[in-house]
Amino acid sequence: MAENDGQQLLELLLADEQALLDQWLRAASAHLQGRTAAAELERAFRDLLSALSKAVTSGGLDLDHEAYGEVRALLSELSRDRARRGFTPSETAVSVFCLKDALFELATRTGRSAEVLIVSSRWVDALGLLTFDSYVRAREEVIAEQSEQLMELSTPVVKLWEGVVAVPLIGTLDSARTQIVMEKLLQTLVDTGSEHAIIDITGVPAVDTEVAQHLLKTVVAARLMGAQCTISGIRPQIAQTIVALGIEFGDIPTKANLADALLHALRGSGVEVVRRRGEGRR
Amino acid sequence: MTSGDDVVRVRQLVRSKAQSIRLSLVDQTKLVTAASELARNTLVHGGSGSARIEVVQRGGRSGIRAVFSDTGPGIADLDLALTPGWTSGGGLGLGLSGAKRLVDEFDIDTEVGRGTSVAITKWSR
Amino acid sequence: MTQQVPVLRLGDALLVSIQVDLQDDDVLALQEELAERIVSTGARGVIIDISAVDIVDSFIGRMFSSIAALSRVLDAETVVVGMRPAVAITLVELGLSLEGVRTALDLEKGRAILDRLIAERRPAHDLDYLDDDADYVPLDDPAGERARPDPSRR
Repeated sequence: MAENDGQQLLELLLADEQALLDQWLRAASAHLQGRTAAAELERAFRDLLSALSKAVTSGGLDLDHEAYGEVRALLSELSRDRARRGFTPSETAVSVFCLKDALFELATRTGRSAEVLIVSSRWVDALGLLTFDSYVRAREEVIAEQSEQLMELSTPVVKLWEGVVAVPLIGTLDSARTQIVMEKLLQTLVDTGSEHAIIDITGVPAVDTEVAQHLLKTVVAARLMGAQCTISGIRPQIAQTIVALGIEFGDIPTKANLADALLHALRGSGVEVVRRRGEGRR
Repeated sequence: MTSGDDVVRVRQLVRSKAQSIRLSLVDQTKLVTAASELARNTLVHGGSGSARIEVVQRGGRSGIRAVFSDTGPGIADLDLALTPGWTSGGGLGLGLSGAKRLVDEFDIDTEVGRGTSVAITKWSR
Repeated sequence: MTQQVPVLRLGDALLVSIQVDLQDDDVLALQEELAERIVSTGARGVIIDISAVDIVDSFIGRMFSSIAALSRVLDAETVVVGMRPAVAITLVELGLSLEGVRTALDLEKGRAILDRLIAERRPAHDLDYLDDDADYVPLDDPAGERARPDPSRR
């Protein structure tokens, strides 16, 4: 069967928009179980139908045709909305597949040939896949946003003493996160006028070359700004990595733990910590 | 570009373009610094030249692309010219090699006697 | 068009605050002027404030090193203050280490570093912590009458 027949038939079907819309709404509502307001769904489907009939008229059945621009935009808007509201991908795609039910019913009632069914079925499947793709894209956006927020949350720069700030790093460090933390640390030095910074990596299980390089660069950058930076809590495995990778730690001050690093920073700023006579364990 | 003032103008133009696609402050600074090095190279080695700065798109990401061209003597030994610390003049030898480290993409096209064209791109994250 | 960067006096030091986007000729002019002013004012230190500077490329970076080296020859110390984080990160990536340049977070801390450095450079006979009874005789005052303070005043 020629593509052209299918197109003409579809045009016919789309011409009776109101009947089709009612059918489509009825089929889709059954799946959504009231999770979307009826008026909202009707508006979305009505827009989509009119965009579809325009697209078929000038672009035929080829979804890649530029005439489908509006359809794509509407579908991705629908998917994004559903993704954010926690619908599953199949719940989202089924709304589009319900158009098939509506088309079939209308075709049967008006006595159209079986060939129309095949063509329209293929066409709706393609629309469904498009919806699925935009749903996945929308979800990825949501995940990216969340991980960005998480990154902000997971990297506090804390003040330990007048002029001493620290950033306790926890979890796996990737290049992007390390860069963000380091920028934040350096900015805190400026904002608080602190001349000592401590990067504590006790909670970091492993580092790769790139992350190790970022740590080093931060120490050098802090030095350029006129501040001292100490790295504390290097685990044996990380020390192994640093040596094995041949990364030059040079004259970067490192301390076994955060307490030693703080003591080092305090001494550097002229503060001596002493125990009062007769107190304490020693 | 014919004078030192033009280098300053290139820096300002690159900065405003970088801000328009919302590059992070550090990325902006890296890009402007790289552009400054290359604009100076163009003037020093090419005598004069041109700079073209544009916003580019790829795979949903925006970037800034800057192309510096001159019709100067060209570079005879490109590997040597890209070695950090090697200098043909009185500089620190960080112009080309430094600019390369500051950007995401770096392409150089040079021919002895014909001139040099360097294109750099920095992508938003 | 050239930009003039004002050089101000701050006690025994010179203060340069870079507020505009400098082109290479301005940078060289500033370097020259500083050398002249160090000599003409007898300044013991130079503070370069770059808190308003949004990029430092290799040319400007080299100026800092040159001024530091130059001032040292002229018996003065140089401190660069107020470098922005983004500028520092970029310099590290660029591979510029600002050899021989001292830095501080802000003007106040820069001034403090300068004071310390100037004190360290002071010649020995200026030191006021020398013990009264030290076995130390100034060359131009063998009897020690002028240099030795009156013990009753302590």
